[in-house]
Amino acid sequence: MSLYDLCEAIEATAVSAALRESLWLFPVIESVHLVGLAILGGSLLMVDLRLMGAGLNRQSISEVEHGTRRWFLGALFLMLVTGSLLGISEAVKLYDRPAFFVKMIALATALVLTFTVRRALIARNSSGGPIAFAIGAASLSTWLLVAVAGRWIGFS
Amino acid sequence: MIESFVSWLATTPGSIALHESLYMYAIIETLHVVAIALFVGSIAMIDLRVLGLALARVPVSQALRRILPWTVAGFIVLLLTGALLFYAIPERTFHSPWFRAKMILLVLAGLNVWRFHRAYGLSPAGWDTGPAPARARASAMASLALWIGVIIFGRFIAYNWFDCDKPQPAFISAFSACRSYTP
Repeated sequence: MSLYDLCEAIEATAVSAALRESLWLFPVIESVHLVGLAILGGSLLMVDLRLMGAGLNRQSISEVEHGTRRWFLGALFLMLVTGSLLGISEAVKLYDRPAFFVKMIALATALVLTFTVRRALIARNSSGGPIAFAIGAASLSTWLLVAVAGRWIGFS
Repeated sequence: MIESFVSWLATTPGSIALHESLYMYAIIETLHVVAIALFVGSIAMIDLRVLGLALARVPVSQALRRILPWTVAGFIVLLLTGALLFYAIPERTFHSPWFRAKMILLVLAGLNVWRFHRAYGLSPAGWDTGPAPARARASAMASLALWIGVIIFGRFIAYNWFDCDKPQPAFISAFSACRSYTP
């Protein structure tokens, strides 16, 4: 089964058809996806800015991460659910969108970065410095690419 | 008067160029969306802090001083890119009920910011580290609800369900001032 066949099979499901046939469903899910973006971006920003020494600098890195963790994980879950639904509704179209593949690669990179290197650094609770700055900047720019490529799916 | 200004805006070369551009409009809209994460994201963290639902150990004064500059930066980007998006499609946007509803929410959200700021400034006396008073919590909840509404209504501007060239219920036609606009 090729990737294209898989996309066709996804579009043949009842969920995909229901999403496509509804006038409101896609836009409403899309809006929830955008609200999720704001919460995800906000919680991510708190930690990455702290890593870069440009945010809540009087708190320790792990304190800032702990104080925003559930919002980050909650928003991430919301994004994955709404994003999957959006993708299911137009799987064949996405097959043809380079921006979608850029987004998925960026997303995978961002997730690996967040839950390995960045998490380890936060657990060590360093007080900042060039390594923390670099990881904060890398995290921010990777997630930024996810957002930009995501928006670009609609244009390309 | 606004009506004729908007019609005139649509005839200016800049507006037409932006409307017809292959990439400019998309780039501006992408910037607008990314700035939402910066603006609403940072303001939401402050609201959640006031509600005691995030960053509970951070004094509110610290949160305001260290986070608000980023919020302001995000707002400036949103304002500039938003103005350009309006400039690219002036008439349809001006007569969109979603755009109008968004502007109303924007004004209410602005009043809410002003009220909070007037009452507490950058350092809330008495509850910097403790639980926030009811009025501040109400303000934080209103802020979250209003900004989420602004995002949703903003996204819906792109959809043509209630455009003036389609038959609409009377109250939507009136709200969008469709009578003075033929697309």
